[in-house]
Amino acid sequence: MSAAALAERVARESYGRLLALLSARTRDVAAAEDALSDAFAAALMAWPRAGVPDNPEAWLFAAAKRKLIDAARRAKTAADGEAEIVRGIEEMEAEMSARAIPDQRLGLMFACAHPAIEASVRTPLMLQAVLGFSAERIAAAFLLEPTAMGQRLVRAKKKIRDAGLGFDVPGPEHWRQRIDAVLDVIYAAFASGWSDPLGVDAERVGLAEEAIWLGRVLVSQVPDEAEALGLLALMLHLEARRPARRDSERRFVPLDEQDVALWTRALIEEAELTLHRASALNRAGRYQLEAAIQSAHASRAWRGAVDWDAIVLLYQALGELTGSPVARLNAAAAIAQRDGPEAGYEAAEAAGAYFPILRDYQPYWALMADLCAKLGRKEAARVAYDEAIARETDGAVVAFLTQRRDNL
Amino acid sequence: MKYAVLVYETNDDFAAREDQRAKQYWDGHGAYAGALQAAGIFTGGAGLKPPHAATTVRLRGGARQVVDGPYADIKEQLGGFYLIEVENLDAALAWAEKCPGAQTGSIEVRPLIEMNQ
Repeated sequence: MSAAALAERVARESYGRLLALLSARTRDVAAAEDALSDAFAAALMAWPRAGVPDNPEAWLFAAAKRKLIDAARRAKTAADGEAEIVRGIEEMEAEMSARAIPDQRLGLMFACAHPAIEASVRTPLMLQAVLGFSAERIAAAFLLEPTAMGQRLVRAKKKIRDAGLGFDVPGPEHWRQRIDAVLDVIYAAFASGWSDPLGVDAERVGLAEEAIWLGRVLVSQVPDEAEALGLLALMLHLEARRPARRDSERRFVPLDEQDVALWTRALIEEAELTLHRASALNRAGRYQLEAAIQSAHASRAWRGAVDWDAIVLLYQALGELTGSPVARLNAAAAIAQRDGPEAGYEAAEAAGAYFPILRDYQPYWALMADLCAKLGRKEAARVAYDEAIARETDGAVVAFLTQRRDNL
Repeated sequence: MKYAVLVYETNDDFAAREDQRAKQYWDGHGAYAGALQAAGIFTGGAGLKPPHAATTVRLRGGARQVVDGPYADIKEQLGGFYLIEVENLDAALAWAEKCPGAQTGSIEVRPLIEMNQ
Protein backbone atom coordinates (compact mmCIF):
# COMPACT_ATOMS: atom_id res chain seq x y z
CA MET A 1 0.00 0.00 0.00
CA SER A 2 1.35 3.44 -0.90
CA ALA A 3 2.12 5.97 1.82
CA ALA A 4 -0.68 8.20 0.54
CA ALA A 5 -3.20 5.35 0.60
CA LEU A 6 -2.07 4.35 4.06
CA ALA A 7 -2.33 7.95 5.28
CA GLU A 8 -5.89 8.02 3.98
CA ARG A 9 -6.75 4.77 5.67
CA VAL A 10 -5.33 5.90 9.02
CA ALA A 11 -7.16 9.20 8.56
CA ARG A 12 -10.43 7.34 8.17
CA GLU A 13 -9.87 4.75 10.88
CA SER A 14 -8.42 7.07 13.51
CA TYR A 15 -10.43 10.21 12.85
CA GLY A 16 -12.99 9.88 15.64
CA ARG A 17 -10.49 8.54 18.18
CA LEU A 18 -8.06 11.41 17.57
CA LEU A 19 -10.76 14.06 17.49
CA ALA A 20 -12.27 12.85 20.75
CA LEU A 21 -8.86 12.90 22.37
CA LEU A 22 -7.93 16.33 21.05
CA SER A 23 -11.19 17.95 22.07
CA ALA A 24 -11.78 16.21 25.41
CA ARG A 25 -9.83 18.74 27.48
CA THR A 26 -10.39 21.94 25.51
CA ARG A 27 -14.01 21.03 24.58
CA ASP A 28 -13.31 22.86 21.34
CA VAL A 29 -14.43 20.38 18.67
CA ALA A 30 -14.10 22.88 15.80
CA ALA A 31 -10.49 23.79 16.71
CA ALA A 32 -9.62 20.08 17.04
CA GLU A 33 -11.15 19.39 13.60
CA ASP A 34 -9.04 22.15 12.03
CA ALA A 35 -5.86 20.92 13.75
CA LEU A 36 -6.57 17.33 12.72
CA SER A 37 -7.20 18.19 9.08
CA ASP A 38 -3.92 20.18 9.04
CA ALA A 39 -2.16 17.17 10.54
CA PHE A 40 -3.59 14.82 7.89
CA ALA A 41 -2.46 17.23 5.16
CA ALA A 42 1.03 17.28 6.71
CA ALA A 43 1.07 13.46 6.78
CA LEU A 44 0.19 13.30 3.08
CA MET A 45 3.20 15.53 2.42
CA ALA A 46 5.67 13.88 4.81
CA TRP A 47 4.93 10.14 4.68
CA PRO A 48 5.54 9.50 0.98
CA ARG A 49 8.99 11.09 1.36
CA ALA A 50 10.14 10.02 4.83
CA GLY A 51 8.19 6.78 5.10
CA VAL A 52 5.21 5.89 7.26
CA PRO A 53 5.98 6.25 10.98
CA ASP A 54 5.84 3.18 13.26
CA ASN A 55 2.79 4.52 15.04
CA PRO A 56 0.86 6.64 12.54
CA GLU A 57 -1.83 7.60 15.04
CA ALA A 58 0.73 8.93 17.51
CA TRP A 59 2.42 10.87 14.70
CA LEU A 60 -0.91 12.44 13.70
CA PHE A 61 -1.74 13.20 17.31
CA ALA A 62 1.59 14.95 17.88
CA ALA A 63 1.20 17.00 14.68
CA ALA A 64 -2.39 17.98 15.51
CA LYS A 65 -1.36 18.89 19.06
CA ARG A 66 1.27 21.32 17.72
CA LYS A 67 -1.34 22.88 15.43
CA LEU A 68 -3.74 23.27 18.36
CA ILE A 69 -1.11 25.02 20.48
CA ASP A 70 -0.14 27.28 17.56
CA ALA A 71 -3.78 28.19 17.02
CA ALA A 72 -4.24 28.93 20.72
CA ARG A 73 -1.17 31.19 20.67
CA ARG A 74 -2.52 33.04 17.65
CA ALA A 75 -5.99 33.47 19.13
CA LYS A 76 -4.77 34.34 22.62
CA THR A 77 -8.14 35.66 23.62
CA ALA A 78 -9.10 36.25 27.20
CA ALA A 79 -11.73 33.53 26.98
CA ASP A 80 -9.52 30.61 26.03
CA GLY A 81 -6.17 31.19 27.60
CA GLU A 82 -3.16 29.58 26.01
CA ALA A 83 -1.82 28.26 29.29
CA GLU A 84 -5.04 26.38 29.95
CA ILE A 85 -5.04 24.76 26.52
CA VAL A 86 -1.40 23.76 26.74
CA ARG A 87 -2.04 22.27 30.18
CA GLY A 88 -5.03 20.34 28.87
CA ILE A 89 -3.00 18.93 26.00
CA GLU A 90 -0.16 17.95 28.32
CA GLU A 91 -2.67 16.14 30.52
CA MET A 92 -4.04 14.11 27.66
CA GLU A 93 -0.55 13.35 26.41
CA ALA A 94 0.29 11.94 29.81
CA GLU A 95 -2.68 9.59 29.47
CA MET A 96 -1.54 8.39 26.12
CA SER A 97 1.07 5.68 26.15
CA ALA A 98 3.34 5.18 23.16
CA ARG A 99 1.14 2.48 21.64
CA ALA A 100 -2.35 2.68 23.01
CA ILE A 101 -4.56 5.64 22.31
CA PRO A 102 -7.39 5.78 24.84
CA ASP A 103 -10.82 5.68 23.26
CA GLN A 104 -12.73 8.74 24.38
CA ARG A 105 -15.21 8.62 21.55
CA LEU A 106 -18.04 7.53 23.82
CA GLY A 107 -17.45 10.59 26.00
CA LEU A 108 -17.60 12.78 22.91
CA MET A 109 -20.78 11.04 21.79
CA PHE A 110 -22.48 11.59 25.12
CA ALA A 111 -21.46 15.28 25.01
CA CYS A 112 -23.04 15.54 21.53
CA ALA A 113 -26.20 13.83 22.84
CA HIS A 114 -26.53 16.21 25.81
CA PRO A 115 -29.99 17.73 26.27
CA ALA A 116 -28.25 21.15 26.23
CA ILE A 117 -27.64 20.53 22.50
CA GLU A 118 -30.58 21.17 20.19
CA ALA A 119 -32.27 17.80 19.60
CA SER A 120 -32.25 17.82 15.79
CA VAL A 121 -28.49 18.34 15.54
CA ARG A 122 -27.37 15.66 18.04
CA THR A 123 -27.19 12.79 15.57
CA PRO A 124 -25.56 14.81 12.74
CA LEU A 125 -23.04 16.17 15.24
CA MET A 126 -22.05 12.68 16.35
CA LEU A 127 -21.80 11.44 12.76
CA GLN A 128 -19.42 14.26 11.96
CA ALA A 129 -17.34 14.31 15.14
CA VAL A 130 -17.04 10.59 15.77
CA LEU A 131 -17.22 9.08 12.29
CA GLY A 132 -15.85 11.94 10.22
CA PHE A 133 -18.88 12.21 7.92
CA SER A 134 -18.76 15.42 5.85
CA ALA A 135 -21.44 18.08 6.32
CA GLU A 136 -22.55 17.45 2.71
CA ARG A 137 -23.03 13.74 3.32
CA ILE A 138 -24.95 14.35 6.54
CA ALA A 139 -27.07 17.08 4.93
CA ALA A 140 -28.03 14.66 2.15
CA ALA A 141 -29.03 12.00 4.67
CA PHE A 142 -31.13 14.46 6.66
CA LEU A 143 -32.64 16.14 3.59
CA LEU A 144 -31.19 19.54 4.42
CA GLU A 145 -29.16 22.11 2.50
CA PRO A 146 -25.44 21.63 3.25
CA THR A 147 -25.10 25.28 4.31
CA ALA A 148 -28.01 24.99 6.76
CA MET A 149 -26.60 21.76 8.19
CA GLY A 150 -23.14 23.37 8.38
CA GLN A 151 -24.49 26.31 10.36
CA ARG A 152 -26.29 24.06 12.83
CA LEU A 153 -23.15 22.02 13.36
CA VAL A 154 -21.06 25.15 13.93
CA ARG A 155 -23.60 26.46 16.45
CA ALA A 156 -23.65 23.17 18.33
CA LYS A 157 -19.85 23.03 18.53
CA LYS A 158 -19.76 26.56 19.95
CA LYS A 159 -22.28 25.51 22.55
CA ILE A 160 -20.17 22.50 23.55
CA ARG A 161 -17.06 24.67 23.83
CA ASP A 162 -18.58 27.63 25.66
CA ALA A 163 -21.15 25.99 27.93
CA GLY A 164 -18.62 23.63 29.51
CA LEU A 165 -20.21 20.30 28.58
CA GLY A 166 -18.44 17.35 30.19
CA PHE A 167 -16.89 14.73 27.87
CA ASP A 168 -17.73 11.81 30.08
CA VAL A 169 -20.00 8.83 29.98
CA PRO A 170 -22.58 10.18 32.43
CA GLY A 171 -23.95 8.36 35.44
CA PRO A 172 -27.04 6.16 35.05
CA GLU A 173 -29.43 8.95 36.04
CA HIS A 174 -28.34 10.92 32.97
CA TRP A 175 -27.33 8.34 30.39
CA ARG A 176 -30.88 6.97 30.07
CA GLN A 177 -32.10 10.16 28.40
CA ARG A 178 -29.07 10.34 26.12
CA ILE A 179 -28.38 6.75 25.23
CA ASP A 180 -31.03 6.47 22.51
CA ALA A 181 -29.24 9.06 20.37
CA VAL A 182 -25.91 7.28 20.94
CA LEU A 183 -27.40 3.91 19.99
CA ASP A 184 -29.00 5.39 16.86
CA VAL A 185 -25.68 6.80 15.66
CA ILE A 186 -23.82 3.56 16.23
CA TYR A 187 -26.52 1.73 14.30
CA ALA A 188 -26.50 4.35 11.52
CA ALA A 189 -22.74 3.83 11.16
CA PHE A 190 -23.21 0.07 11.10
CA ALA A 191 -25.99 0.30 8.51
CA SER A 192 -23.86 2.52 6.32
CA GLY A 193 -21.05 -0.05 6.32
CA TRP A 194 -23.52 -2.96 6.05
CA SER A 195 -24.96 -1.62 2.80
CA ASP A 196 -21.54 -2.12 1.22
CA PRO A 197 -20.84 -5.80 2.00
CA LEU A 198 -17.81 -6.16 -0.25
CA GLY A 199 -16.10 -3.02 1.01
CA VAL A 200 -15.84 -1.34 -2.39
CA ASP A 201 -16.82 2.15 -1.20
CA ALA A 202 -13.81 3.83 0.44
CA GLU A 203 -16.07 6.05 2.56
CA ARG A 204 -17.84 3.06 4.08
CA VAL A 205 -15.14 0.47 4.44
CA GLY A 206 -14.60 -0.57 8.05
CA LEU A 207 -17.67 1.32 9.32
CA ALA A 208 -19.52 -1.84 10.35
CA GLU A 209 -16.50 -3.10 12.33
CA GLU A 210 -16.06 0.36 13.91
CA ALA A 211 -19.71 0.36 14.95
CA ILE A 212 -19.39 -3.10 16.52
CA TRP A 213 -16.27 -1.94 18.34
CA LEU A 214 -18.15 1.12 19.69
CA GLY A 215 -21.04 -1.14 20.67
CA ARG A 216 -18.66 -3.33 22.65
CA VAL A 217 -17.08 -0.33 24.38
CA LEU A 218 -20.55 1.00 25.22
CA VAL A 219 -21.68 -2.32 26.67
CA SER A 220 -18.55 -2.49 28.82
CA GLN A 221 -19.24 1.00 30.21
CA VAL A 222 -22.99 0.71 30.71
CA PRO A 223 -23.32 -3.06 31.23
CA ASP A 224 -26.89 -3.10 32.49
CA GLU A 225 -28.42 -1.20 29.59
CA ALA A 226 -30.65 -3.69 27.81
CA GLU A 227 -30.89 -1.76 24.55
CA ALA A 228 -27.11 -1.34 24.27
CA LEU A 229 -26.83 -5.13 24.56
CA GLY A 230 -29.68 -5.51 22.08
CA LEU A 231 -27.95 -3.28 19.54
CA LEU A 232 -24.67 -5.17 19.91
CA ALA A 233 -26.49 -8.50 19.45
CA LEU A 234 -28.24 -7.16 16.35
CA MET A 235 -24.99 -5.96 14.77
CA LEU A 236 -23.20 -9.23 15.55
CA HIS A 237 -25.99 -11.30 13.98
CA LEU A 238 -25.92 -9.23 10.81
CA GLU A 239 -22.13 -9.14 10.63
CA ALA A 240 -22.02 -12.93 10.97
CA ARG A 241 -23.73 -13.21 7.55
CA ARG A 242 -21.32 -10.97 5.66
CA PRO A 243 -19.43 -13.89 3.98
CA ALA A 244 -22.73 -15.30 2.65
CA ARG A 245 -24.35 -12.12 1.31
CA ARG A 246 -22.60 -12.21 -2.06
CA ASP A 247 -21.64 -15.28 -4.06
CA SER A 248 -18.22 -15.96 -5.56
CA GLU A 249 -19.17 -13.79 -8.53
CA ARG A 250 -20.22 -10.91 -6.23
CA ARG A 251 -23.88 -11.49 -6.90
CA PHE A 252 -26.51 -10.65 -4.29
CA VAL A 253 -27.80 -13.65 -2.29
CA PRO A 254 -31.09 -13.11 -0.41
CA LEU A 255 -31.13 -14.11 3.26
CA ASP A 256 -33.31 -17.20 2.74
CA GLU A 257 -30.96 -18.56 0.10
CA GLN A 258 -27.71 -17.91 1.96
CA ASP A 259 -25.49 -20.92 2.67
CA VAL A 260 -25.54 -21.18 6.47
CA ALA A 261 -22.15 -22.90 6.42
CA LEU A 262 -20.68 -19.53 5.40
CA TRP A 263 -22.11 -17.71 8.42
CA THR A 264 -19.55 -16.87 11.12
CA ARG A 265 -20.60 -19.14 13.99
CA ALA A 266 -18.49 -17.37 16.64
CA LEU A 267 -20.29 -14.07 15.97
CA ILE A 268 -23.70 -15.77 16.08
CA GLU A 269 -22.83 -17.37 19.43
CA GLU A 270 -21.66 -14.04 20.84
CA ALA A 271 -24.85 -12.40 19.53
CA GLU A 272 -27.01 -15.03 21.22
CA LEU A 273 -25.20 -14.66 24.54
CA THR A 274 -25.47 -10.88 24.33
CA LEU A 275 -29.18 -11.00 23.54
CA HIS A 276 -29.68 -13.43 26.41
CA ARG A 277 -28.01 -10.95 28.79
CA ALA A 278 -30.28 -8.22 27.44
CA SER A 279 -33.50 -10.18 27.94
CA ALA A 280 -32.49 -11.04 31.50
CA LEU A 281 -32.73 -7.30 32.29
CA ASN A 282 -36.42 -7.38 31.44
CA ARG A 283 -36.64 -4.07 29.58
CA ALA A 284 -37.77 -4.67 26.02
CA GLY A 285 -36.89 -2.24 23.27
CA ARG A 286 -36.48 -1.71 19.56
CA TYR A 287 -32.97 -3.10 19.22
CA GLN A 288 -33.68 -6.18 21.29
CA LEU A 289 -36.72 -6.94 19.11
CA GLU A 290 -34.64 -6.51 15.96
CA ALA A 291 -31.92 -8.72 17.41
CA ALA A 292 -34.51 -11.35 18.33
CA ILE A 293 -35.76 -11.32 14.71
CA GLN A 294 -32.23 -11.88 13.46
CA SER A 295 -31.78 -14.60 16.06
CA ALA A 296 -34.85 -16.38 14.66
CA HIS A 297 -33.34 -16.17 11.17
CA ALA A 298 -30.01 -17.46 12.49
CA SER A 299 -31.68 -20.54 14.00
CA ARG A 300 -31.93 -21.90 10.43
CA ALA A 301 -28.22 -22.75 10.84
CA TRP A 302 -28.96 -25.45 13.41
CA ARG A 303 -32.67 -26.19 13.08
CA GLY A 304 -32.73 -26.22 9.29
CA ALA A 305 -35.93 -24.16 9.27
CA VAL A 306 -36.99 -20.65 10.27
CA ASP A 307 -39.67 -20.07 12.91
CA TRP A 308 -41.83 -17.74 10.81
CA ASP A 309 -44.54 -17.54 13.44
CA ALA A 310 -42.05 -16.01 15.89
CA ILE A 311 -40.80 -13.58 13.23
CA VAL A 312 -44.33 -12.41 12.39
CA LEU A 313 -45.04 -11.74 16.06
CA LEU A 314 -41.72 -9.97 16.61
CA TYR A 315 -42.20 -7.69 13.58
CA GLN A 316 -45.74 -6.90 14.74
CA ALA A 317 -44.41 -6.00 18.21
CA LEU A 318 -41.69 -3.87 16.62
CA GLY A 319 -44.26 -2.09 14.45
CA GLU A 320 -46.43 -1.34 17.46
CA LEU A 321 -43.47 -0.09 19.49
CA THR A 322 -41.90 2.14 16.84
CA GLY A 323 -44.74 2.85 14.38
CA SER A 324 -42.23 1.93 11.67
CA PRO A 325 -43.63 1.35 8.15
CA VAL A 326 -40.66 -0.94 7.45
CA ALA A 327 -41.56 -3.18 10.41
CA ARG A 328 -45.10 -3.46 9.08
CA LEU A 329 -43.80 -4.38 5.62
CA ASN A 330 -41.43 -6.98 7.06
CA ALA A 331 -44.30 -8.46 9.04
CA ALA A 332 -46.14 -8.87 5.73
CA ALA A 333 -43.13 -10.63 4.20
CA ALA A 334 -43.03 -12.99 7.20
CA ILE A 335 -46.80 -13.62 6.92
CA ALA A 336 -46.22 -14.64 3.30
CA GLN A 337 -43.67 -17.20 4.49
CA ARG A 338 -45.93 -18.49 7.25
CA ASP A 339 -49.38 -18.41 5.60
CA GLY A 340 -48.60 -18.34 1.88
CA PRO A 341 -48.36 -15.67 -0.84
CA GLU A 342 -52.08 -14.78 -0.87
CA ALA A 343 -52.10 -13.79 2.82
CA GLY A 344 -48.73 -12.06 2.41
CA TYR A 345 -49.98 -10.06 -0.56
CA GLU A 346 -53.00 -8.86 1.40
CA ALA A 347 -50.84 -7.85 4.36
CA ALA A 348 -48.33 -6.04 2.13
CA GLU A 349 -51.08 -4.22 0.26
CA ALA A 350 -52.65 -3.15 3.56
CA ALA A 351 -49.24 -1.90 4.77
CA GLY A 352 -48.78 0.14 1.56
CA ALA A 353 -52.27 1.63 1.92
CA TYR A 354 -51.67 2.53 5.57
CA PHE A 355 -48.16 3.92 4.93
CA PRO A 356 -48.14 5.46 1.41
CA ILE A 357 -44.42 6.23 1.91
CA LEU A 358 -43.77 2.50 1.42
CA ARG A 359 -44.74 2.89 -2.23
CA ASP A 360 -41.47 4.76 -2.70
CA TYR A 361 -39.40 2.05 -1.00
CA GLN A 362 -37.53 -0.57 -3.01
CA PRO A 363 -38.20 -3.56 -0.69
CA TYR A 364 -41.96 -2.92 -0.91
CA TRP A 365 -41.89 -3.42 -4.69
CA ALA A 366 -39.47 -6.34 -4.47
CA LEU A 367 -41.84 -8.10 -2.05
CA MET A 368 -44.89 -7.31 -4.22
CA ALA A 369 -43.05 -8.58 -7.29
CA ASP A 370 -42.08 -11.83 -5.57
CA LEU A 371 -45.61 -12.44 -4.25
CA CYS A 372 -47.25 -11.64 -7.61
CA ALA A 373 -44.86 -14.05 -9.30
CA LYS A 374 -45.74 -16.79 -6.80
CA LEU A 375 -49.44 -16.11 -7.40
CA GLY A 376 -48.90 -16.49 -11.15
CA ARG A 377 -49.64 -12.83 -11.93
CA LYS A 378 -46.72 -12.31 -14.28
CA GLU A 379 -47.61 -8.89 -15.65
CA ALA A 380 -48.13 -7.37 -12.17
CA ALA A 381 -44.86 -8.98 -11.07
CA ARG A 382 -43.00 -7.47 -14.04
CA VAL A 383 -44.35 -3.98 -13.26
CA ALA A 384 -43.40 -4.35 -9.58
CA TYR A 385 -39.87 -5.51 -10.44
CA ASP A 386 -39.47 -2.43 -12.64
CA GLU A 387 -40.61 -0.22 -9.77
CA ALA A 388 -38.12 -1.93 -7.42
CA ILE A 389 -35.22 -1.66 -9.88
CA ALA A 390 -35.90 2.05 -10.39
CA ARG A 391 -35.47 2.60 -6.64
CA GLU A 392 -32.27 0.60 -6.04
CA THR A 393 -28.74 2.01 -6.24
CA ASP A 394 -26.72 -1.12 -5.31
CA GLY A 395 -25.62 -2.70 -8.60
CA ALA A 396 -25.61 -6.26 -7.19
CA VAL A 397 -29.21 -5.93 -6.02
CA VAL A 398 -30.28 -4.36 -9.34
CA ALA A 399 -28.73 -7.34 -11.15
CA PHE A 400 -30.56 -9.75 -8.83
CA LEU A 401 -33.93 -8.06 -9.36
CA THR A 402 -33.39 -7.83 -13.12
CA GLN A 403 -32.64 -11.53 -13.30
CA ARG A 404 -35.76 -12.40 -11.34
CA ARG A 405 -37.82 -10.21 -13.64
CA ASP A 406 -36.36 -11.77 -16.77
CA ASN A 407 -36.98 -15.28 -15.41
CA LEU A 408 -40.72 -14.66 -15.04
CA MET B 1 -15.90 26.47 35.17
CA LYS B 2 -17.68 29.48 36.59
CA TYR B 3 -21.39 29.81 35.98
CA ALA B 4 -24.12 32.32 36.71
CA VAL B 5 -27.30 30.66 37.95
CA LEU B 6 -29.93 33.18 36.86
CA VAL B 7 -33.25 32.91 38.68
CA TYR B 8 -36.24 33.96 36.55
CA GLU B 9 -39.36 34.41 38.67
CA THR B 10 -43.08 34.67 37.95
CA ASN B 11 -45.26 37.48 39.29
CA ASP B 12 -46.49 35.04 41.91
CA ASP B 13 -42.89 34.28 42.96
CA PHE B 14 -42.29 37.99 43.48
CA ALA B 15 -45.55 38.22 45.48
CA ALA B 16 -44.43 35.28 47.63
CA ARG B 17 -41.56 37.38 48.93
CA GLU B 18 -44.00 39.59 50.82
CA ASP B 19 -47.21 37.71 51.60
CA GLN B 20 -47.80 34.90 54.08
CA ARG B 21 -45.29 32.76 52.12
CA ALA B 22 -42.42 35.21 52.77
CA LYS B 23 -40.72 33.14 55.45
CA GLN B 24 -40.80 30.03 53.28
CA TYR B 25 -39.48 32.03 50.32
CA TRP B 26 -36.53 33.61 52.13
CA ASP B 27 -35.70 30.48 54.13
CA GLY B 28 -35.58 28.53 50.86
CA HIS B 29 -33.05 30.83 49.27
CA GLY B 30 -31.11 31.11 52.53
CA ALA B 31 -30.82 27.32 52.75
CA TYR B 32 -29.82 27.13 49.08
CA ALA B 33 -27.06 29.73 49.48
CA GLY B 34 -25.92 27.88 52.59
CA ALA B 35 -25.73 24.61 50.68
CA LEU B 36 -23.68 26.24 47.90
CA GLN B 37 -21.29 27.63 50.51
CA ALA B 38 -21.04 24.31 52.34
CA ALA B 39 -20.14 22.64 49.02
CA GLY B 40 -17.38 25.21 48.52
CA ILE B 41 -18.68 26.32 45.13
CA PHE B 42 -20.34 29.66 45.96
CA THR B 43 -18.47 32.66 44.58
CA GLY B 44 -21.12 35.40 44.75
CA GLY B 45 -24.65 36.43 43.99
CA ALA B 46 -27.45 38.86 44.75
CA GLY B 47 -31.20 39.05 45.00
CA LEU B 48 -32.88 41.73 42.92
CA LYS B 49 -35.87 43.87 43.86
CA PRO B 50 -38.99 43.19 41.77
CA PRO B 51 -39.30 44.49 38.17
CA HIS B 52 -41.49 47.43 39.23
CA ALA B 53 -38.32 48.92 40.73
CA ALA B 54 -36.40 48.64 37.45
CA THR B 55 -35.51 51.55 35.19
CA THR B 56 -33.99 51.05 31.74
CA VAL B 57 -31.69 53.51 29.98
CA ARG B 58 -30.53 53.53 26.35
CA LEU B 59 -28.28 55.93 24.47
CA ARG B 60 -29.43 56.32 20.86
CA GLY B 61 -27.68 58.79 18.58
CA GLY B 62 -26.36 60.55 21.62
CA ALA B 63 -29.82 60.96 23.11
CA ARG B 64 -30.55 59.44 26.50
CA GLN B 65 -33.81 57.51 26.74
CA VAL B 66 -34.97 56.51 30.17
CA VAL B 67 -38.03 54.34 30.60
CA ASP B 68 -39.83 52.80 33.52
CA GLY B 69 -39.55 49.04 33.93
CA PRO B 70 -37.27 46.17 32.91
CA TYR B 71 -35.77 45.99 29.41
CA ALA B 72 -38.33 43.52 28.11
CA ASP B 73 -41.86 42.78 29.19
CA ILE B 74 -41.82 39.01 29.61
CA LYS B 75 -43.71 36.65 31.88
CA GLU B 76 -40.72 35.69 34.00
CA GLN B 77 -38.27 38.32 35.18
CA LEU B 78 -34.76 38.10 36.59
CA GLY B 79 -35.17 37.95 40.36
CA GLY B 80 -31.57 37.29 41.37
CA PHE B 81 -28.51 35.23 40.62
CA TYR B 82 -25.93 32.97 42.19
CA LEU B 83 -22.34 32.66 40.96
CA ILE B 84 -20.84 29.19 41.31
CA GLU B 85 -17.69 27.38 40.28
CA VAL B 86 -18.09 23.69 39.36
CA GLU B 87 -16.54 21.05 37.10
CA ASN B 88 -18.88 21.26 34.11
CA LEU B 89 -22.36 22.02 32.82
CA ASP B 90 -23.88 18.86 34.28
CA ALA B 91 -22.67 19.82 37.76
CA ALA B 92 -24.03 23.36 37.26
CA LEU B 93 -27.40 22.01 36.08
CA ALA B 94 -27.55 19.63 39.05
CA TRP B 95 -27.16 22.61 41.40
CA ALA B 96 -29.52 24.82 39.39
CA GLU B 97 -32.38 22.34 39.67
CA LYS B 98 -32.05 22.49 43.45
CA CYS B 99 -32.63 26.25 43.46
CA PRO B 100 -36.03 27.08 45.01
CA GLY B 101 -37.01 29.12 41.93
CA ALA B 102 -36.78 26.02 39.68
CA GLN B 103 -40.13 24.73 40.93
CA THR B 104 -42.20 27.70 39.75
CA GLY B 105 -39.96 29.83 37.54
CA SER B 106 -36.97 29.07 35.30
CA ILE B 107 -33.28 28.86 36.06
CA GLU B 108 -30.88 29.85 33.28
CA VAL B 109 -27.33 28.56 33.58
CA ARG B 110 -24.77 30.67 31.74
CA PRO B 111 -20.96 30.33 31.83
CA LEU B 112 -18.98 33.38 32.91
CA ILE B 113 -16.25 34.83 30.71
CA GLU B 114 -13.13 33.97 32.64
CA MET B 115 -10.38 36.55 32.52
CA ASN B 116 -6.82 35.31 32.93
CA GLN B 117 -5.31 37.05 35.92
